[in-house]
Amino acid sequence: MQADHLHLSGVTRIYPATEGHAAVHALGPIDLSLRQGEFFSVVGPSGCGKSTLLDVIAGLAMQSTGTILFEGKPVAGAVPDGIGVVFQEDASFPWLTVFDNAAFALRRAGVPDAEVRERVRHTLAFTGLSSFAQAYPAQLSGGMRQRLCIARTLVTRPRLLLLDEPFGALDQQTRLLMGDELLKLWRETGATVLLITHSLDEAALLSDRIGVMSARPGVFIDLVETGWARERDSRLAAEPAFGAVTGRLWAALRDQSIKALAMAS
Amino acid sequence: MTRAGWIRLALIVGALAVLEAACRYGFVSRDAVIPPSKMLEGSWRALAADETRADIWLTLQNVTLSLVLSLIAGTAAGLLLHKATRLRRALDPLLASYYAVPTFVFYPLFIVLFGLNRWPLIAIGFLFAVVAVIINTLDGLARIPRAFVRTAAVMRLTRTQYALHIILPAAAPWFFTGAKFAVAYSFIGVIAGEFVVSGAGMGHATAFAYNSFDNRMMYGLIVLLFIIVGTINAVFGTVERRLYARAGR
Repeated sequence: MQADHLHLSGVTRIYPATEGHAAVHALGPIDLSLRQGEFFSVVGPSGCGKSTLLDVIAGLAMQSTGTILFEGKPVAGAVPDGIGVVFQEDASFPWLTVFDNAAFALRRAGVPDAEVRERVRHTLAFTGLSSFAQAYPAQLSGGMRQRLCIARTLVTRPRLLLLDEPFGALDQQTRLLMGDELLKLWRETGATVLLITHSLDEAALLSDRIGVMSARPGVFIDLVETGWARERDSRLAAEPAFGAVTGRLWAALRDQSIKALAMAS
Repeated sequence: MTRAGWIRLALIVGALAVLEAACRYGFVSRDAVIPPSKMLEGSWRALAADETRADIWLTLQNVTLSLVLSLIAGTAAGLLLHKATRLRRALDPLLASYYAVPTFVFYPLFIVLFGLNRWPLIAIGFLFAVVAVIINTLDGLARIPRAFVRTAAVMRLTRTQYALHIILPAAAPWFFTGAKFAVAYSFIGVIAGEFVVSGAGMGHATAFAYNSFDNRMMYGLIVLLFIIVGTINAVFGTVERRLYARAGR
């Protein structure tokens, strides 16, 4: 067993009271350890704090209490080197070509041109976007734009890849195929992946381990080990074991989803 | 040229031909409207005369100055108000009702402030244009997707990198729309000011021709103004269309 790549201890996020609104305890306390190179997914009812969890891990938001260690160093309200994030929304820059989008972070970081070209070419080939290098995002499909966002993140070679429902806007078939591509990328890069998703199938297919969160304030109520081999793809969906994993996820989640629905109404 | 462009051109040529015929065959009084061919003659006469050329040149200078000043001040004010949300909330109703204010009433005040020179008119053009720039700058900044802001944070961009490489290109189509409005408003402000209160410039020359019953010169100047503003707008429109097309909007 390798050392913890990411470690969370007693992490909470409480939005302070504002004029006319009481304080909101959105998350935690969360205790979690991710192994180097692990594929970990988080599922939970709407509004349970999944995206808040991703934000505090990424350093995009400050935790209210607790500690987050990435590669042994504390994360507190600033994005550390080595973390890449792909958001649910299309974040491709419409004024840049696919190539320039993918090269954006490297150029801003002052990476030499020759290296930028080499890394971008490799990443675009890797994500199946080579033939669209000179196209603008408006000329791509939704799935291709999301692949571009993944490429733009992967080109920086993140050691921890945080994905906030990256396939949320795609249809089921495209999601499955994108999931296969993501698994391929994960195997080749060796990065640790934390995926936030609403889809139990997606979590069950892709992950080594799945954390099931409760309704707000979100805490982990179950951690499910899938036991899949590293070499895997969406054909897993036909396996009986796949049904057992999704069944266990739903069993843990059903009451929480009902509770979240009641809270929302 | 696009199909829409050809249709537009055909409509203009058709309308001019109808007007030409209507004027020549007496369906329209020649005291009120002259045939387009005579208007063009008037334009040529205006361009050939040293005095009117100087008037046109003065107007273009004044419009350029009011445009440049309104772009600089309007963009700066837009950026400031975007940051100062409380101030923006306080000023929102004023911005919304701004164009109900007859700006020309300030002309005497500007004469007192700046003297009897070109600057009162530039100030009028500026006041007309600046709020369009502010409103469009605010609109552009408000429409920058949250995902871009978060992406910039993940990429650990510096403030300058964020401003130059995210804010500026992301809001460019709206900045450009603001600039396009500013061109139109600067022309309206300066020329209307010259028409009513000034002793020089294209607006004054048009008013002088009108008062002297020199229809050919008056319409000639109006046609020239159409050509100048139309050309500038066509150039701006092309760039704007490209920006929006690239943004997929």
